[in-house]
Amino acid sequence: MSFQPVKFYQTGTFTVGNRLLAPDERSVQASQRRSNSISSGHRACQGCGEALGARYAIDAAMEASNGQLIAANATGCLEVFSTPYPESSWQVPWIHSLFGNAAAVATGIAAAMKVKGKPEVRVVAQGGDGGTTDIGFGCLSGMFERNDDVLYICYDNEAYMNTGVQRSSATPPAARTSTTMPVGPEPGNVFGQGKNVPEIAMAHGIPYVATATVADLRDLEYKVKKAMSMHGARYLHIFVPCPLGWGAASDATISLARLAKETGLFPVFEAENGEVTGVLKIRHQQPVENYLMPQKRFAHLFGKNAHPETVARIQAKAERNIRKYGLLATEEN
Amino acid sequence: MLKQIEGSKAVAQGVALCRPEVICAYPISPQTHIVEALGKMVKGGELTPCEFINVESEFAAMSVAIGASAAGARSYTATASQGLLFMAEAVYNASGLGLPIVMTVANRAIGAPINIWNDHSDALSQRDSGWLQLFAETNQEALDLHIQAFRLAEEISMPVMVCMDGFILTHAFERVDVPEQAQVDAYLPPFVPRQSLDPAEPMSIGAMVGPEAFMEVRYLAHAKQMQALERIPQLSAEFKTIFGRDSGGLVRTYCTEDADTIIIAMGSILGTIKDTVDEMRAEGHKIGVLGITSYRPFPLTQVRDALIHAKRFLVLEKSLAVGMGGILATDVRMAVTGTGLRGFTAIAGLGGRPIYKSSLHKLFRQAEKEELPPNTFLDLDWNVVNKQLEREKQMRRSGPIAENVLHDLGIVSAKFG
Repeated sequence: MSFQPVKFYQTGTFTVGNRLLAPDERSVQASQRRSNSISSGHRACQGCGEALGARYAIDAAMEASNGQLIAANATGCLEVFSTPYPESSWQVPWIHSLFGNAAAVATGIAAAMKVKGKPEVRVVAQGGDGGTTDIGFGCLSGMFERNDDVLYICYDNEAYMNTGVQRSSATPPAARTSTTMPVGPEPGNVFGQGKNVPEIAMAHGIPYVATATVADLRDLEYKVKKAMSMHGARYLHIFVPCPLGWGAASDATISLARLAKETGLFPVFEAENGEVTGVLKIRHQQPVENYLMPQKRFAHLFGKNAHPETVARIQAKAERNIRKYGLLATEEN
Repeated sequence: MLKQIEGSKAVAQGVALCRPEVICAYPISPQTHIVEALGKMVKGGELTPCEFINVESEFAAMSVAIGASAAGARSYTATASQGLLFMAEAVYNASGLGLPIVMTVANRAIGAPINIWNDHSDALSQRDSGWLQLFAETNQEALDLHIQAFRLAEEISMPVMVCMDGFILTHAFERVDVPEQAQVDAYLPPFVPRQSLDPAEPMSIGAMVGPEAFMEVRYLAHAKQMQALERIPQLSAEFKTIFGRDSGGLVRTYCTEDADTIIIAMGSILGTIKDTVDEMRAEGHKIGVLGITSYRPFPLTQVRDALIHAKRFLVLEKSLAVGMGGILATDVRMAVTGTGLRGFTAIAGLGGRPIYKSSLHKLFRQAEKEELPPNTFLDLDWNVVNKQLEREKQMRRSGPIAENVLHDLGIVSAKFG
């Protein structure tokens, strides 16, 4: 017999109402005692998904570690907007070294804590998709392979936003960036085989890999807390829309993140020791057009010189994800 | 305790006596024996508490050291050649952040053509990185300099590179006095970082700095090196009181008091140079030697003082500023500005080319007579060079240079017996 647990959703939203929950079930963000690890006043753009993701993630990690947290940060938007000298938004001990070495710096911090007999102090590393999937990939893989006691968080906004929206290996097919312009017979980014870093992380067999979006605070916090309950190398890949780079309205950050998940383009799942242990099901499947059309980076796919065949290929990509991860709810679950 | 051991082992034992807390290792010849020995000590429980991390690249090695040092742990790594260049971005970052990491550089040439043998191109490529650079003449000094390096680095909160000639020192078995732990403990106090990542006292390290403050931050790095210029001789003197031998310091003179001609060099070649000078002295030549131990900071005053009463100097260096000439020579010339001293440069020993006493005898005599061009390339095979130059003149597709040179040279082993 199928079993549907009772969920308390506020009418018309996907947000769980805190009023209806017991205090210990409420989100970290709902608590006045949240650490505000990255405090307001930083210089992120309006509607920045990365700033939101970092606040959710680091506040949750702070709660999980009882405030005993050190963060290493790759160069990128998050670093630049949070620490323009002499200001800093960080209320956690925080270090920025280079673009491509956040994972290794975190390894060093974790080693220092171990040698100094401070096992209670936990370490996170964080970077954007460029700092993670491209230039920092060697250090990331090394950290995974050694199973260093680090939670690495990638805030994926699918391009190099800090330098002016250039393509990264996380940029989706057909997307316009400043180095994949919508000109020529195949406008926008090429259809490559992609570089699925969460799956590559899983291939290392590390204890925990998860994806999340800023659209689902509870799922994100749950995954951070779960990651923090474990030791060894852990990887969290958070989908964070970028209004500037995507040409999207700054109030569309949450809805776009939700659509990425609801279309199947960004599968939200978790995996332990290399095996998928849970997926966040699509609640109301959406055609990819609903996700693509609000973003100017995909504008060349629609309108006067539309490329319906490209949209169809993107839809096929979403369908593959849906099949592969079993993202659609079935009778059984 | 006196031991007959390999240079790398001696350095590893010296480093271990400094109680490093985090060691990162990535293999590159000729430094591998150092980290191998340290790895064994950590794994066997001799060196504890210490985390030994096998990283995936030199870039990661320095980055792990950066994280560990910023978190308050005494951190060490070793590299050479291509490895130093691969970590270059992190090398600058470590000094920019003021992290007192100590690193051994087992000096080796930089390719292409790939070459594993000794010269000073690697370390000198990082001379402006903000790291202090100390050059060891012997294996004893290589060991001793590491102990002084940790003290110096942590005092001024800047990283220190201890440079020792690859293979010539790292793989040479010599008698080395390995200090007692109590001696090292008396000399090197526990590491108290100026800054550290600590949840009890959160701070941000590595903020973005714009034009309003960047020059000041860079100047402060320079100011620290100027402080080191004062501290290095003091630390060397203090070292002598505890360990009973001369080691380190800024420069070392040999027979310079009455010398008309002074030969200047760094590293292990000083031994061969001193032997040559001894022989020439026996024949009545007024010749002396100035060894540079501290290349960064560069001791302009001490170099000038050592040279001022001579008539001429010759810088013999294992490095080449391609398109210009000497690297060390440029700094020495800066030191003697306005003195009217005649200066010559000899580029020697690149990529492990042996430097024979017979060649030095000839070179030094020419220097005495001031018969040298500004730049001399010691024992360069002009036939091979000219042949390749002619080949390139004759045909467009002249082929890969190194392979042509090897072909023209014939059997390599026949050249060096």
